[in-house]
Amino acid sequence: MIRAFKTLVFRDTKLAIRVGGGAGMAVFFFLTVTAIVPLGIGPNLKLLGNIAPGMLWVALLLSALLTLDRLFQADFEDGSLDLLMTGAMPLELVAAAKALSHWLTTGLPLVVAAPLLGLLLNLDTAAFGPLVLAMLIGTPALSFLGAIGAALTVSVRRGGLLASLLVIPFYIPVLIFGVGAAGGGGVSAVPGAGGQSLLLLGAVALVSLVLGPVAAAAALRANLR
Amino acid sequence: MAGMSELTASQRFQAFANPARFMALSDRLLPFCVVVTALLLAAGLYLSLFDSPADYQQGETVRIMYIHVPSAWLAMFGYMVMAGSSAVALVFRHPLADIAAKSAAPIGAAFTFLALVTGSLWGRPMWGTWWVWDARLTSMLILFFLYLGYMALWATIEEPVRAGRAAAVLALVGSINVPIIHYSVVWWNTLHQPASVFRIGGPAIATSMLMPLLIMALGFTLFFVTLLLLRMRTEILRRRVRVLRLARTGR
Repeated sequence: MIRAFKTLVFRDTKLAIRVGGGAGMAVFFFLTVTAIVPLGIGPNLKLLGNIAPGMLWVALLLSALLTLDRLFQADFEDGSLDLLMTGAMPLELVAAAKALSHWLTTGLPLVVAAPLLGLLLNLDTAAFGPLVLAMLIGTPALSFLGAIGAALTVSVRRGGLLASLLVIPFYIPVLIFGVGAAGGGGVSAVPGAGGQSLLLLGAVALVSLVLGPVAAAAALRANLR
Repeated sequence: MAGMSELTASQRFQAFANPARFMALSDRLLPFCVVVTALLLAAGLYLSLFDSPADYQQGETVRIMYIHVPSAWLAMFGYMVMAGSSAVALVFRHPLADIAAKSAAPIGAAFTFLALVTGSLWGRPMWGTWWVWDARLTSMLILFFLYLGYMALWATIEEPVRAGRAAAVLALVGSINVPIIHYSVVWWNTLHQPASVFRIGGPAIATSMLMPLLIMALGFTLFFVTLLLLRMRTEILRRRVRVLRLARTGR
């Protein structure tokens, strides 16, 4: 079972990295969104520094949403999803493997790119560590919750937009606690609030690790009867 | 031999699952619901608009509360009905539960919208602005998005059975997430006054205002039930028409 899980993670990761997989797109999108923020609100470095953690999180969220349709769509179209469903591996585990490989190919590169983009937005040097830590904890939740939206819309043509609309409300706790842990928003004034929101972010991430695969599997079963 | 009592209980359950039985029952129930709703709303509106005191701080604007608070309750009640029916639909494959969940969504969304609009109208004289990003307003807005997403999912998947299953999964995931979202937003910021009716130590609201409020809440709830029955009947008829059409084109 574990070997099948590993094989599936490897397969999906390879497919995403190779030509036509579009793994780099999310990072590129992240970069462009971050780059248009100063163009929109002006080059005031102080203002940019203040909103940097929040802006980076919002841009990260949008970039993660953009790649959701890749999770199940291609496998649904070429029929490999049907094979996976009839296989011995539980569908929950399939969904978990796919979400994990989605995180490896989108969440992780986005986290790596975030400090660089932080420089562009004049992020406070002391905030780099907490921001990256919060993103490392928070991004798996984005992939695992996103899997639910992707699975619900798998049979809908051009379901990417609908998946985003369904998933954004579920991303809100991740955003709030993520920004809180990174020291932005209105909560940074309270001492110890950063650590508290980091713990809460961890809790949300753990819940989504459980909820995501179970709900995504149920949604796939509903769609592929 | 799973025990006779269980069998009869499930048979009784099955009897309500029968759409034809539901149509007959709701046909008899509906006029009654309509009359009681009309009476309650008329009494509630009279009491709240004419026969209750103005607030010593807020003046006459406090009367918005009699629409705003029941709408907000019904917005959450609607989601509970939707999520509960979705659970029944997924577990027992109950055909009416599916229809109930689908029919409850637009009504709940409408009440959520009403709560948002009346809240905004109330906020203008009280807070001096149409909208503030406080915790309760924000989570109401998010609840509205959840309703819209649920309805959008129904609207995009053509086959009713498949759409019903997918939407039920979404509603259940939402019901797990609603408290998490709510508390994260509360943690984020709060400026709205705390809950004043259901709280430890009894209501913090004068009886002269509580009575009209409760009558309005009851009236709104019955209004919800009436609309739900009506919409469920419409949905059943719509599915019958769909089947008849498919049968005719198949011939």
